[in-house]
Amino acid sequence: MKRKLVTLSRIINTGAVNFVRNAWLAIAAMAVMVITLTIVLFSIIANATFTNTIEQITAKIDVSAFLKDGLPQEDIDNFIEEVEGLSNVKTTNYVSKEEALKKYIADNSDNPDLLSAVSQTDNPLPATIQIKPNDLNRLDEIRKFLDKSESREIVADVSYKDDRKEAIDKITHATNLLQRAGIVAVLVFAVISVLIIFNTIQMAIFNRRDELTIMRLLGASTSYIRGPFVVESIIYGILSAIISTLLIHLLFVASKSALQATSLGLLDINYSATYFKGHFWWLLLMQLGIGILIGAVSSIVATRRYLKFKTKK
Amino acid sequence: MLDHVDAVTHPKGYKIPATPAGILYSGLFAIIELMILLDRVTKTYGRSATPALDRISLHVEPKEFVIVVGQSGAGKSTLLKLLTREERPTTGKIIVGGIDYDKLRDKDIPLLRRKIGVVFQDFKLLPNRTVFENVAFALEIVGMGNREIRHTVPKVLDIVNLKGKEKRLPMELSGGERQRVAIARAIVRQPKILIADEPTGNLDPKHAWDVIAVLEKINRYGTTVLLTTHNQEIVNKLKRRVITIQHGQVASDLAKADYKI
Repeated sequence: MKRKLVTLSRIINTGAVNFVRNAWLAIAAMAVMVITLTIVLFSIIANATFTNTIEQITAKIDVSAFLKDGLPQEDIDNFIEEVEGLSNVKTTNYVSKEEALKKYIADNSDNPDLLSAVSQTDNPLPATIQIKPNDLNRLDEIRKFLDKSESREIVADVSYKDDRKEAIDKITHATNLLQRAGIVAVLVFAVISVLIIFNTIQMAIFNRRDELTIMRLLGASTSYIRGPFVVESIIYGILSAIISTLLIHLLFVASKSALQATSLGLLDINYSATYFKGHFWWLLLMQLGIGILIGAVSSIVATRRYLKFKTKK
Repeated sequence: MLDHVDAVTHPKGYKIPATPAGILYSGLFAIIELMILLDRVTKTYGRSATPALDRISLHVEPKEFVIVVGQSGAGKSTLLKLLTREERPTTGKIIVGGIDYDKLRDKDIPLLRRKIGVVFQDFKLLPNRTVFENVAFALEIVGMGNREIRHTVPKVLDIVNLKGKEKRLPMELSGGERQRVAIARAIVRQPKILIADEPTGNLDPKHAWDVIAVLEKINRYGTTVLLTTHNQEIVNKLKRRVITIQHGQVASDLAKADYKI
């Protein structure tokens, strides 16, 4: 037990000492790790920001059912209840004829022609049920329900058709694509980073393969040879994760003072900064996790080939 | 087959009667008293037509000092690599210090190597570690405590005349000093066997003799030494058992011999 502790402390100590003694190698390896980890972190924040923007756009989309005039209130209430029972309906909002007129007048207060047009006749605006869907891709379900013959006794018309339907479908399609592209981008960056970091550590160990074979010839056990390299790679991972998270933090601090605009195209910087702040510890933990895991795994894999015993006769 | 058994003349010329008891005794003798036993060992690399070692049989007793000579490519290095289990024989049996290599599992190879001290021609020192750390490494891997290491390493550095150079890096040492560090590392665990692969190959005559002197000293303390060399002068002056290897076979095996290639 004591001997094991001595060995463990030696492995950790040797790893730390090697880290210091191979400072240039460490800096080179860490520079690569910092860059790739920063790109991964950046792509995660960008993806979260895009998702947020998309949510804000899609939140504005709803389907309106325009009701026939002169229906008893009881029938309308029953119908609303039925609509709310649909699986894809998130919320409904009932706007009576009077409310619709009030809103119309308020919206067009600077256009006397339109105002006189509505004031001269009876209220021409229909009562409306505004339906917010859960999933934009399944708007057709709501439409089908509203088009049923039983529904048609109450509903005069549906907004989700013709030009409007086309526009909504286009937005839905575009946002779907963007969201998928975001996830794919994060994954691609993550995979590339893993490969680059793996390769970097493999190069670092390749540089010192002689040490590995010497230790092997002297009768060191696999874990005793490999341990310090794993420790060293884990130190790379930890430091790189911290540095890359700090870099992003500095980037936000700098952009706040340097950029007057709050968004760059689709990228809402304000939201990005808030997201980063709100998830700081979680993101740092994730970076540490990636750094440590890749460091450990790649050093184990990279040392393996130099530690093999010849089995060929 | 028999002619090869005959080829293994015991250097001290023991005659064991061919009775069942004698045969049994000789069998026990081989396992218990011999430090190194090679029995018809052949090693062929890859698909090469000619074997590097061709049915070599050897006995080395405890505390012997054996010099292996032979031209480059004769099979000396292969022989040493088989003993340290860097390579595996294509056929034949190897027993070193009572360990049968056929029964050796991969995870026990480090344990075997800890029992054999090896000095390499190219030193094989760890470049990032000081003299002290290089020697201490051999003790660290067997799990020796720090206090004992601090106690043992200076003593061994004293034997190889490297006192005061503990904190140097290998880069800062001369060839002879490096080789003595390598020897210190090989003997610090007090192995029963020391294998020295042309330890003087890269050294000038003065340093070469320093190294040989250390090997003789270690041998006097009771360690079996197996030395390969090209240096005729050293062989002739040592007056020890000389095994000559030619074309992968034992060409001669003589006690207190001279260099004869």
